[in-house]
Parts: sequence; C-alpha cells; structure tokens
Amino acid sequence: MNEAAPTSDRPAAWRALTGLVSPKILGIIGLLAAVCLYTALASDNFLKVGNLENIVHRTALFGLLSIGVAFVIITGGIDLSIGSVVCLVGVLLPWLLTTHGWSVPAAVGFVLGLGAVIGLVHGLLVTKLGLQPFVVTLCGLLVYRGVARGLTQDQSQGFGTGFKGLRSLATARLPLFGEGGFELPATTLIFLVIAVAAAVFLNRTVWGRYLLALGRNEQAARYSGIDTGRMKLLAYVISSTLAALGGMLFVLDINAAQPSDFGNFYELYAIAAAVLGGCSLRGGEGSILGLLVGSALMVVLSNMINLVHPRYQNVEFAIIGGVILAGVIADELVRRAARRRPAA
Amino acid sequence: MPPLVEVRGISKRFPGVRALDDVSLAVAPGEVLALIGENGAGKSTLLKILAGVQSPDAGTMLVDGAAVRLRGVEDALELGIALIHQELNLADNLDLAGNIFLGREPRRAGFLDLAAMHREAAHWLEMVGLDIDPATPLDQLPIGRQQLVEIAKALSTQARLLIMDEPTSSLSTRETETLFGVVKDLRSRGVSVIWISHRLGEVRELADRVVVLRDGKNAGEIADRAEIEHDRMIRMMVGRDIDRLARRPSHPPGEVVLAARDLRTPAHPAHPVSLEVRAGEIVGIAGLVGAGRTELLATLFGITPAVAGSVAVAGRPVTPRNPIAAIRAGLALVPEDRKEQGLILEMAVRENMSLAVLWPESRAGFIDAAAERRLAREMIAALGIRTPGDRQTVRFLSGGNQQKVVLAKWLAMRPRVLLLDEPTRGIDVGAKAEIYDLVHRLAGEGLAVLFVSSEMEEILSLSDRAFVMHEGRLAGMLSRDELSEENVMRLAAGGVAERMTA
Repeated sequence: MNEAAPTSDRPAAWRALTGLVSPKILGIIGLLAAVCLYTALASDNFLKVGNLENIVHRTALFGLLSIGVAFVIITGGIDLSIGSVVCLVGVLLPWLLTTHGWSVPAAVGFVLGLGAVIGLVHGLLVTKLGLQPFVVTLCGLLVYRGVARGLTQDQSQGFGTGFKGLRSLATARLPLFGEGGFELPATTLIFLVIAVAAAVFLNRTVWGRYLLALGRNEQAARYSGIDTGRMKLLAYVISSTLAALGGMLFVLDINAAQPSDFGNFYELYAIAAAVLGGCSLRGGEGSILGLLVGSALMVVLSNMINLVHPRYQNVEFAIIGGVILAGVIADELVRRAARRRPAA
Repeated sequence: MPPLVEVRGISKRFPGVRALDDVSLAVAPGEVLALIGENGAGKSTLLKILAGVQSPDAGTMLVDGAAVRLRGVEDALELGIALIHQELNLADNLDLAGNIFLGREPRRAGFLDLAAMHREAAHWLEMVGLDIDPATPLDQLPIGRQQLVEIAKALSTQARLLIMDEPTSSLSTRETETLFGVVKDLRSRGVSVIWISHRLGEVRELADRVVVLRDGKNAGEIADRAEIEHDRMIRMMVGRDIDRLARRPSHPPGEVVLAARDLRTPAHPAHPVSLEVRAGEIVGIAGLVGAGRTELLATLFGITPAVAGSVAVAGRPVTPRNPIAAIRAGLALVPEDRKEQGLILEMAVRENMSLAVLWPESRAGFIDAAAERRLAREMIAALGIRTPGDRQTVRFLSGGNQQKVVLAKWLAMRPRVLLLDEPTRGIDVGAKAEIYDLVHRLAGEGLAVLFVSSEMEEILSLSDRAFVMHEGRLAGMLSRDELSEENVMRLAAGGVAERMTA
C-alpha cells in the first residue's frame, strides 16, 4: 500500500492513543513545553524528582476527571457536578469505613456505584426529559455538596492512621529507576490504564464513533440509525463514574476531606483541561492525548506559580484563567485562518 | 388613474440562473392580483424586488406614476409597500402590541409608551378582524392568527400594497376564509394586494386579475374575473414542451415490498394514507410544498412515528417507531436536508459511508477499519464519487458528490426499500443525470424506490407511476400513461385528474 495518508503508517496503538494529532494538540504541547522550560530555568526545584513525581501524580488525578467530562463534552453537553461528586465520594468513603464500619470492598463498590447511578440520573434527565445538561448538572453540583455536608454534619472526614492498604492505591510510588530515582505514582499508572482504554474506546469502537458522530450532528446521527439517547446516557455515566473514582483517589491521597470545600472548582479544572486539550464545547471533537496535555498544563502552571512567583499565589486563578483564554483565542485565530484557505 | 405600483422590463440573474427576464407587472389601487407559476418561475424573486429585498439588474419601477429606486425594505415601506414573508417574521416571546410596533415603539422620555402602544395596536388588530387583547403573548395564537397579526403590523406602517408569498400554505380552511375576509375588506378600503398562490381554487375566489410567470418571463394574464378558470391557468403555467429524459424500459415489477395501510402521520392525522411499492418500481410523490410528502417519508422511516396504521416490508409488519427499527426492516431514507440530516459534514467520506453498517460489520464492537476502507473505496468507484480520497472531509465535496455519499451510506446496508426526499435538490445537471441513472440501475436490481420531488420533470421522467399529495392526503395516483404535467398540477392544486383516453 502506498497511500500517502498522514497517520496510516503509524502503529495502531499510537494512533489509538492520539486519535487525531491535530495542529491544535501540537500547539498545546508547545505551550506546555514552554511553561516547563521557563519554570525549570527560573527555579532549581522544578526538575527535582519529588516535584516531578508530584506533577505526574496531580496530572493523573485531574486527568481522570477530565477524561470523564470529555465524553459528555463530545456529545455537546457539559457536566458541572464533578467537583461535588468528588466531594460526596470523598467524604462518604472514610465516613462509611470509619464511622459505620463498612468493609473495604463494600464501601468502594458503593461509592463507585453511586457515581454510576448519579450519571445515569443526569443522562435520563437530559435524554428522556429533554432538560439542558447545564441545568441538570448545576443542580447536581448543589445537591451532592449539600448532601455531603448534611450527612457528615460538615465534619472533616479521614482515615486516621488506618486503611494503609487501601490508601496505597493513591499514595504508593513504584521505584522504576531504583532507589532514590524517579518513582512512578500508582495514581499515574491507574490514569494511564484508563486513558488508553478511553482512547481505544473513542477511536476504535463503534460506540466511540457514534459519540463523535452525534456530537457533530445529532440529527444526521439519528437519521443514520444511531440510538443517540442511549449513547448520551453512556457519556454521563462515564463522567460521573470517573468523578467518583477521582474523588476516591483524592481522599485516599490526602486523608482528609472537608465537606465544605473538598473538590471545589474541580469541574472547572476538568472542563478547562478538556477544552485546552482540543475538545470543542460544540461537541464532536476530542482527543485523549490532548486531555492529558491539557491536564498537565493546568498542574504545571500552578506549580510554576508556587515555585517561581510565590507572592502571586493569591492570583493563581487569574493567571490560569488568563493562560487558558490566550490558548483558546490563539486556537480560534488559527481556525479562522485555516477556514479562509481554499478547500483541499 | 396611474397604477399604484408598476414595474417594467425587470430582469434579475443569480449565478447560473436567469430568475427574471424582462418581466412587467402593474397593480391598481384596491386591486387583488394573483401571481401564479410553477416552482422556479420567478414569482418569489419578483415579489422581493417589489418589496425592496432585492434589487433588479435591469428595469424600472414606478409608484403613483413616478419612477423610484428602492435601496432596501425601508424605502419600500416608506412608499407604502409591505412584504409578508412565507415564514412569519414575528417574535414569539413578545405580545401582539410589541410585535406590531417592533423597532418603531412609541416612546416617552426614552421609555416605552406602553399605553399608547396598546391603544394603537388594538386599532390595527381590529382592522384585520382580531378582537384580542394586544397584551396577549404571540405564541398563544394559532399560526393563522399570527398571520393576521403580521398583516396588522404591515397596515400600521400605512401600507397601501400588501405583498404576500403563499399566505395560505400553512393555514387551515377556516383560517384561510378569515384571511380572505380580511383581504376583501382591505380591498374595499382601497388597499392593493399581490399574492402568490399554488391553490387555483383560492385564486378563482379572490383574485381580480391573474398574472402568470413561466421560466422567469411573463406568460400572460387573465384580466377578466369571469375568465379565471382552472384549466386556463394550468395551460398558461405549463405551456411548453418538456424535454423528457429518456425513460428506462419498463419491465414488470415484482412482489409488493413496501405497503402502508391507513397510515396517519402526526402532521396530518386526519388523512390516512395507503400505498404500495413493488420490487423494481420507482414511484414518485408529487405535490406542493407543505402537502405532507416529507412528513409521509419521515413516518415511513420512523422519525415521526405513525399515529395509527401500519407499514409492512415484504409482507412483514414493521411500523417503525424509530429509524433503527426502520433500518432493521430494510428501509433507507435519503433525507431532504443533506447537510443537516444526511451527513456528518466534518467527518470523512469513509466515516459517513460506514455509519449505517458500523455495528453489523464490527468485531465485538471494534470497528473493522479494513472493511470500512474497502467499503468506501468500492462505493467511490461504483458511484463515481469525485473526491481526493476516502479520508476527505465531506464538507469539501460538491453537492452532487455529497448526495452520492448519502446514497452510498444506505446502499452499504443493502436496503429493500429506498426512500428519497428531493434526491437532486441543489445539484447540478450532470450529477442529476448520474443520480437518475443510479436509481434506474438500483430499481433494475429489484430495489423498491419511493421518491418525493418538487421538480415536475423529475416526477415525469423518473417515475413508473406517481402519487400526488394535496393537504396531507393522497389526491390521486397517476399511472405512467396518465402522468402529465397537467394532471399532476390539477391534483396538486386540489382538483381532479383528466383520464387519458387511450
């Protein structure tokens, strides 16, 4: 075969991970590299092993949330409830284990199942009742945090000194390069497994294709015999389940969840990372590699402020917001320039 | 007395089309003038020029005997000419007074003068026979009354000439009667009306004079009310020989593949539709816009499930509740709106073509990329699709090639019945002929084809026989011998077909 198509010669696994390696993703990779380079030059601490481990660990945790919301964004919807699901799961897990003495499998199964059910409810409200995803998940945002605070009477929840085995899911470090070298956080391993699975699902399976198709043009997808309602439902279930998994790992890692602020704004980090990584809020576009880079960029930006400009910590949100806005504007300008070029 | 409004020698070109060619028209004060002609005769373009929406390439326009030059709708309104669009231009969320004075609201010290607005609105509403509180939200009125609101709005601009493009196309019989009453009343007050209608019965009832357009030219007029007759109007509208495309040799059709029994669509639940299509047959559905043709196909394909009645494919009852069931039963629909309903424009040719067979051709849910590529390349070759490759984004293909991609998507699933809704809309002549050839070939292979078309020549040349729909019901079925432009027009306009005396 002598076809000159751009990506067809690469190994299938590589293509599955990247999906579409659009210029957009190359742009965001460039931005990430620039921020890393700047931080490394400006601070001696950036390249220290401990800091790098922390960056990949946090990228993994936020990346999980981002993969989840990406599925919903691809269908043209949005999930604002992620932070509150993180909170609900984050306080429920230690509360069930310590206050109520549930067994580990029961408690873990329950919180992950709860995530799936929450997603199912969101999906049903959106597809069967025709409510707007923004409204449904906004109400979710309020309800789950309220429930979390009510159940625990707003008391911080943690595991104390127990449950070391379960907590190692989030705290373990795998010494890949021997003693003292870089140790891969277990969370990163979990994230990579899920990221590869998500990429394969999105790019290689019928259902992934259906999601991308209905995100581009729901009516045409329906006219082509795609059960668009069921596919959307699936996207919401994936989003909330990954939010629950993320919430579990966050609390296992930190060992303390304050119901009033645990997971605050996490849905916005997740959405921002997805958008930075090439998801269009109009639907139909998204790549898992892009999400990974987008999540990493958010984490590295925060790290940069801590290391290089600690006195600007109070304006961290403003800096992150500004960088995202600049990225989105640049993307739009590139898109317009591309549109003006005559069709191939 | 000079005519209220007159145009002389109007010509208008669009890329590739001569919409109007040396057309002249005059309307006297207090005259109701009907403008008739086939689809594409140039009626709507002429109305838009009269109302200042478009400007002509050549020709002059006179109002009260004085030459004028319209630079826009505002100029026309200034002269007392108001256009009422086919699709109403009203704001659902405002009340009646707000709609009537939209953009011209009476003000006092910068604030809306609501009292004055409602007072004046009530006056104009009364003029069109609407005795309704002007504070009523527009969306609480049925469509026919909304149309009257639009007329009230036009009158409030001191309009002396009302121009209406198919005002009755979405109205019920009663609403139509009300509208006619209002028009007659306006005529007695000296307001002139020009309106387009495809319903010749209405023309006979209301028009003082009829002007006929054909192929963008004046094709005659009927000035005497007594001489406004069905047959005469149809002859003037048609009045030409059609270069008929070579018909394929007829061969005996096979068994009944598609059978609808007393099917009631949600759009026209009062009119049960029964029809059959046999294997190898190409059956057309003609009719005016809004006659319920697209709705019938949508119900057959399960997009808007039937209210009552049944559909059977090859003798097996299916009556699809959604497109998935329809596809499973062997039905395929090439929809009217290629870009919104037929294609995922931002996806590749290959991905569009495989959409309907992705699941059956997958392995445990994984897309068989090799099979997908093979399918796309076969289809590109078989249908002669001009594209740089199967990975090309569909958006960048021409209309004809896009339509072939939609066809390829459905041929991939090997349907038993192919439903086509306006299969060649917006497609150039060459691609049209290719699509006709393809449909003939498919029918020759035993596919049952049911297609809707608003193009007379397409109905006449492609159909083995044709149904004509009128206001939601099948007004008649024309066999190949009976298929003529006159008969189709007659049935479409609500009349009776003339039987061929063989």
